[in-house]
Formats: sequence, C-alpha cells, structure tokens
Amino acid sequence: MKPPPFTYHRARDVQGAADLVAELGEDAKFLAGGQSLIPMMNFRLARPEHLIDIGRLRELSFVDARADSLRVGSLSTHRAVETADLGAGFAVVRDTMRWIGHLPIRARGTVGGSLAHADATAEWCLLAVLLDADIVVAGSGGRRRTIAAREAFLGFYTTVLEEDELIVEVLFGRPAPHAAVTEFAERKGDFALVSAAVDLDLGAGTVSGGRVALGGVGPAVTRVPEAEQVLQAGGRAGRELFEECAHAAAAAVEPPEDGDAGTEYRKALVRNLVIHACEEAVAR
Amino acid sequence: MTEHDKVLLTLQVNGASHEVAVEARRTLADTLRHDLELTGTHVACEHGVCGACTVLVDGDPARSCLMFAAQAEGSEIRTVESLAGDDGTLSDLQRAFSANHGLQCGFCTPGFLMLAEGFLAERPDAGREEIREVVSSNLCRCTGYQTIVDSIQDCAERRRETKETSA
Repeated sequence: MKPPPFTYHRARDVQGAADLVAELGEDAKFLAGGQSLIPMMNFRLARPEHLIDIGRLRELSFVDARADSLRVGSLSTHRAVETADLGAGFAVVRDTMRWIGHLPIRARGTVGGSLAHADATAEWCLLAVLLDADIVVAGSGGRRRTIAAREAFLGFYTTVLEEDELIVEVLFGRPAPHAAVTEFAERKGDFALVSAAVDLDLGAGTVSGGRVALGGVGPAVTRVPEAEQVLQAGGRAGRELFEECAHAAAAAVEPPEDGDAGTEYRKALVRNLVIHACEEAVAR
Repeated sequence: MTEHDKVLLTLQVNGASHEVAVEARRTLADTLRHDLELTGTHVACEHGVCGACTVLVDGDPARSCLMFAAQAEGSEIRTVESLAGDDGTLSDLQRAFSANHGLQCGFCTPGFLMLAEGFLAERPDAGREEIREVVSSNLCRCTGYQTIVDSIQDCAERRRETKETSA
C-alpha cells in the first residue's frame, strides 16, 4: 500500500532534531534510513503525523575503530560498517552485518535506526547487549546521556529512550577478538527465527569466561546468565564445554510459540546455534 | 502545513535535474513513475521484499519504495532508463541478460539490472557465489534465478576480459 500522509521536516542539526520532536510531541518520529519505518507505514501499522528526517546529519555518520574501542555514529549504514576495517578486536561487528537483510537494505538502513527500532532479533541490539556497549543519546534542551545497552531494550520494539531522545552513537569499549554471531532464518535475508552470539575469554585453548546473548527467544534480545556460568566455570575450548553451554542456554529460555516456529523448535535452534557460535568464536 | 500540502523538491535523476512538487508521503518509486514518467522502475510489493523498484542512490542499490522522494534530494538517482544509450543501444549488462535468457516476463528485470549495475561497480571481481547471494535480495517468478546469475556472471567476466585486453 501507500504510506499515510504526514508532515515532513528536515533536521539541520542534532539539537534542532531533538528540540523539534519535543515540540511536536508523541505523533512525531525520526526518519533515518527508513528501512523499518517505511514498510510499517506502507502497511499502515505506523501512522506518524510528523516525520523529522535526520538523514542529512552527516556528523552522525562515522566509524571510529581503534585497537581497544569502536565508536559507530548512529547514521552509519550497515553497509558502511560491513566495508570498514575494524581490526581484529571488532571484526565480529563487521562480520555480523551480512546477516542484516540484503545489500540494498544494508545500503540504506542505519545503526541508530536499528537500535531504536529494537526488533527482538535485530543484529545491532544483539551485538550491543553481548559486548556491553554504551548508547549515547541526545535530548531536547541540550541534554546528553549514556545508556548501557543491557538496560536499553525493554520488550517488543520498546526501549528506554525518551520521546525527545535521539541516538547519536554506540560505543563498544572492550575488544572481542573471540566473538561470533550466527542465526537461522528460513530464507537468506529474512528476520532470524533465533540468533545467537557469544564472546569468549579464551587463552591457550582454554575458556575462562564469556558472554552469551540470544535474539528471537523473547520480546527483546537477552543475555543468558545460566549459559555464561558454564563458560565462567571454564574448561578446554571444545565440543564438550560448548554443548554444556548451549544446553544451559536452551534450558534457560522459554521462546514464544508463533506461526513461524514452536517453543521446542526454537530451543533446538538455540542449542545448535550457540555451539556454532562458540566454534566460530574459537576459530576467529 | 496540512496533509495535502506538497513539498517542492529538486531531484537529480539520470544526470538531469528535475523540480517536482509532491506530497511528503510520495515514495521515490512513485515519484519516478508518476511525476517524472520514468516507468521503467517497477512497483510490486511496496514493502521492501521484492526488489522490483531497485534504483541506484549515490551508486548504491536501494529500494525506491522504501524511500520518500524528499529523502532523495541531494542524491544522484539512477534508474533503468540510464543503462541504454540515447539511441537505444543496450548496455553490456542488458545484452548479457538478453543473451543468457535472464528474463522471461520482464517485470522484475529493471530491479535486477539496477541491483547488478550497482553491485558490479563495487565488486567487479565477484564470483558466482557472491552474485547468488546478492541476487537473493530480489524476487523473480519466471526464471528460477539461474539464468539471472548466469547473466550477471557473464557480464562481469566480459568486463574483466575487456579490462585485461585494454590494460
């Protein structure tokens, strides 16, 4: 279908965008790449009265990769990250981009848009939660604050962002040389049924800790402490440890039953995907 | 501004500048077709799944149904009409689609052509697997895709040969 009518505004700077959305109220939305918002409008699932186009805010489009940190501006496209040299510490971020939709979607869709949209299987949400990223937001009246990604996602398409807040960048403060993301979808480029991500503390073939995050098993991406405890207990990096970790992850979640897949099927996916992610993380 | 007010835009399409006054909700796809009468860009699913409306935005393939025309101001847009010469001579990519039977009914073809045009410009050395992966973004209900992959691979190989010969 065609999208419903709205009034178009073009932001000139970050502050102007935040102030304008505060002035226009709850019927106003930011428009970044539009790769989630515009389909929802075309389906008439979203009917914002006002759109504030932030697409020209070039100062929000950057990738700043260093040895021990990675900053990604919110208007960077997935494609820009996919083609950037992020170094060994953040290669997992670059390599995860291929799971996001298809090339034309990645060429337009943005990092900040994906985080703010907060789909339960969104790769950026998964990476941010896995790697304990910080999300920097700008609000009206010049306010700025930093939100820990682990506290950012509340449920289906819901974040802790206030209505007048705009994501400006996401900061990964810790390198993850042994991390991997994998997922399963019926067709390449579809939304994942389940996605799994691990970040291992690995030295001399031994695991001494790690983080495990899952998408598609609940209303928002989530860390799995039960699986992380297995990694914390540690052991030789190999099938036995990874299977134990994967089983703990599957036992800890209660995925939804829906038209796409049942609870048990999703749990089986968790088991398989966590093992795959662990093996990929070790091989990195 | 009421909902029927229009926005005045200057769009760069296929190397020419166009002024249009459109409703803000007008997608780039509909603006190209209805306001600029460039009907080569096709519209099917209108929610970013089929890829029939793919055009190039600053060189990158993009779904023109998932962009408002207002977002395209300041960008260089290329549509399928830009491929052939002024006298109608088909481009090498179009000839490859013809030679390899990369189309049957032809409805999806403009989208595939622009997808391949943008992709090969960035990845001239792409192999078959990479082409298959990129092509998976668009839908075709006739060909079964094999001949589309053949067409793009053929075009890429010919371009590489031409480059070697001239080098």
